[in-house]
Amino acid sequence: MSVTAHAHVDDHAHDEHHHHKETFVTKYIFSQDHKMIAKQYLITGLIMGFIGIAMSLLFRMQLAWPGESFPLFEAVLGKWAPEGVMDADIYLALVTIHGTIMVFFVLTAGLSGTFSNLLIPLQIGARDMASGFLNMLSYWMFFVSSVVMVISLFVEAGPAAAGWTIYPPLSALPMAQPGSGMGMTLWLVSMAIFIASSLLGSLNYIVTVINLRTKGMSMTRLPLTIWAFFVTAIIGVISFPVLLSAALLLIMDRSFGTSFFLSDIFIQGEVLHYQGGSPVLYEHLFWFLGHPEVYIVLLPALGITSEVMSTNARKPIFGYRAMVASILAIAFLSTIVWGHHMFISGMNPFLGSVFTFTTLLIAIPSAVKAFNYITTLWKGNLQLNPAMLFSIGLVSTFITGGLTGIILGDSTLDINVHDTYFVVAHFHLVMGISALYGLFAGVYHWFPKMFEGKMLNKNLGYVHFWVTAICAYGVFFPMHFVGMAGVPRRYYQNTAFPMFDELTDVQVLMTVFAIIAGLAQLVFVYNFISSIFYGKKGPQNPWKSNTLEWTTPQEHIHGNWPGAIPEVHRWAYDYSKVDENGEYIIPGQDFVPQTVPLQEDEEELNH
Amino acid sequence: MTTLMIFIVLVLVGIAIWQMTKIFELTQLKTESGEIANDTDNKNNGYMLFAFLIFIYGITIFSFWKYSKFLLPEAASEHGDEYDYLMLVSFVIIFIVQTITQALLHYFGYKYRGKEGNKALFYADNDRLEFIWTIIPVIVLAGLILWGLYTWTNIMDVNDEDDPLMVELYAQQFNWTARYGGEDNVLGKANVRMIDIDRANVMGLDEGDSYATDDVIVKELHLPVGRKVNFKMRSQDVLHSAYMPHFRAQMNCVPGMTTEFSFVPIKTTEEMRQDAEVVDKVKRTNAIRAQRAANGEDNSDPWEFDYILLCNKICGKSHYNMQMRIIVETQEEYDAWMASQKTFGETMAGTAPSSEEDTVAVAD
Repeated sequence: MSVTAHAHVDDHAHDEHHHHKETFVTKYIFSQDHKMIAKQYLITGLIMGFIGIAMSLLFRMQLAWPGESFPLFEAVLGKWAPEGVMDADIYLALVTIHGTIMVFFVLTAGLSGTFSNLLIPLQIGARDMASGFLNMLSYWMFFVSSVVMVISLFVEAGPAAAGWTIYPPLSALPMAQPGSGMGMTLWLVSMAIFIASSLLGSLNYIVTVINLRTKGMSMTRLPLTIWAFFVTAIIGVISFPVLLSAALLLIMDRSFGTSFFLSDIFIQGEVLHYQGGSPVLYEHLFWFLGHPEVYIVLLPALGITSEVMSTNARKPIFGYRAMVASILAIAFLSTIVWGHHMFISGMNPFLGSVFTFTTLLIAIPSAVKAFNYITTLWKGNLQLNPAMLFSIGLVSTFITGGLTGIILGDSTLDINVHDTYFVVAHFHLVMGISALYGLFAGVYHWFPKMFEGKMLNKNLGYVHFWVTAICAYGVFFPMHFVGMAGVPRRYYQNTAFPMFDELTDVQVLMTVFAIIAGLAQLVFVYNFISSIFYGKKGPQNPWKSNTLEWTTPQEHIHGNWPGAIPEVHRWAYDYSKVDENGEYIIPGQDFVPQTVPLQEDEEELNH
Repeated sequence: MTTLMIFIVLVLVGIAIWQMTKIFELTQLKTESGEIANDTDNKNNGYMLFAFLIFIYGITIFSFWKYSKFLLPEAASEHGDEYDYLMLVSFVIIFIVQTITQALLHYFGYKYRGKEGNKALFYADNDRLEFIWTIIPVIVLAGLILWGLYTWTNIMDVNDEDDPLMVELYAQQFNWTARYGGEDNVLGKANVRMIDIDRANVMGLDEGDSYATDDVIVKELHLPVGRKVNFKMRSQDVLHSAYMPHFRAQMNCVPGMTTEFSFVPIKTTEEMRQDAEVVDKVKRTNAIRAQRAANGEDNSDPWEFDYILLCNKICGKSHYNMQMRIIVETQEEYDAWMASQKTFGETMAGTAPSSEEDTVAVAD
């Protein structure tokens, strides 16, 4: 299979150059080239990210200055902010859509979609994805789901507002909440399309990694990026269908009168006919995806970090095999820990014990990864490019956020901090901020690969990183204390409880940091757009990296390599490798690209 | 005024960013202008990484110094002590790990910042090291897991030993109702299908069930100190969560099923009001409230400490204001209060039973 596929793609690429003239539509819109699709994913993801972050700034302002009138609210929210005061329903809608967009549209599609597409063929030495057409379809379904999600913001009764987890009955009954009408229908439609898109993409990634590796590229010579994308795709294929089934059952309950999740409901003076369903069942189905989703978001970011950190430290990644084993262990455990979101959902406490056990187990491979990153820095020759800083930042937030997971994963301790701001602080640091840093690290590192050799401005990159890094801690560190003071999440304002009065100052501090962080992203947006057009062209291999993508010409060609596909002779991490005389393997050069054959009496190590 | 202040802050931040870019550009003047980090960048950012470490420690210390007084006061339930202790130990472990790992990460970033001509060490593997940092988390986590599970099993074991007081917490958009088992301490049968709003049978109690007749339905939860309380939670519409932070207690209320939680309150509301931490908190809060009153703002009445039951699962528009006061008092006070309450049977007797047609009309 792989041989024929190769031959076919070979021929195809050949044809393309000589006979086939690409039109604007086939090159930029319905492109089947993985590099273009990657850019489409990235730009769509970034636009969605802009919306998601803007929403968070709006509700952060409401939290800091509850009930204040802002002309900005009236301008952006219209009828949902009469006289500039934010309405309680739209507050919940903003929180809901912010979560949905950031988790699925930015950190799943924008991160994994972009870099899986860009890097899988380039780093394994393939002409393109196994199926260019499915790949194109996957992007366009993602695009359609994004459009539907954005449209849902404009429906009469408001967008979905039941929290990004859309627990029924709240999400199932329009009389419980206006957002559970048309808004929720569109949310479900959008997510159903999104899941289909994600499955098409994931299957393609898996097949490509298994079948289309170039000669010599054994699984143990794969860069860790590819390992991460590969395993992420597998988790996606396992868990996303379960979310689809949850969504379908919810659609049935909403529209066709079934009772999968609903029972014994009396609302607005009326008993509803539902009988025998259970919202807890929905929670199980949702979190069967929902928790692996955290790792679907995080693993690609960790993979990118591994690659960026090793390259910029001019050192091999420490413990390659342990890193692969950790990825696999995390992937496996991630599918059996979902219940830690449900300790106090009313499920059997014994189940809670089991999930506590598996949850705390997952801390072990995570700890191994963190220690290995730190050791990779030790005695390196660190090139502190913006991508490298974002990678170090990722490890920092991954540790800070991950450690509080030990508290939340403990069913006992979860009782009192469950659904408080402590949780919000935890997952924003460990998955939100960390994954965003991974996304940024990837963009800074592979921007030259995406935009034909042009590079992002590094000084703007440094400003972007440092302001973001400081503000991220500024927002989320104090937030732990708000949670431990007992403040529940998804409260429109905390004024109904005098015991929370004195926390207003903390809210203001967090909001100011959040606004500054939001503004810092504008620096990135400016840098990104201006560099696409006016960026300085760098060398072909700007970061002196070993991986295959830097052996392709800067100009994009369909098929990636103008000649034969390069053969691989070593793993991706021979940085600063020396022979017994203490000389670099290739004199005067501290890196040995994967395409360089083993030298005489050189030992092949560690894979 | 606030708007103006935000505006000024934003302008200042804009200027700061602009100035930072200029500083970065100035430091570049003498060197090549590529977009790849050079020695100067490595040096600057290496120092920044070190500074960032200090920032992380700084914000940690600042947060503890400024905000730890905001944390919940000492637990007011029997299992709460154990909870607080486990939390404390977990936090100590977390902070040790956090301090060490962040130090290593950022210090290495600073110490090994790149320089032209420096040689990195080719160091790809060390089984012993990796074994050490696999086994240490394993041991520490095993300890935490065992301890946590032991505590969890104890807390979640809701049983009928020690003659517990039976209380139902009933959730609906957007308020709480509590029901006591009454004289017989048994909660009568109930189902949403038996709700009769006209006759004020808001919880859907079975009027034919003799256990229900003596049930007492109230809007303020009173608990005798020192007696175990078994809570049964119900919801009539959407998910809610009964969150009683002072008692380290929380359980979701799920339509279609009954959930449960149990604890022993050990401090009366009066005792808690005397607690030094609480006294301070009330003082601080009332200072804020006095300030508000002086400015003519709302929400400025002086506050007196009370235990509170909050809703902690998103339930709709007024989720943020779904609460019920909890009063823990001595057995005598509790008995006196209970004696002044009407039973379900008494309330029902006061309302004429509705005929079948009426019910249908309402349903229409």
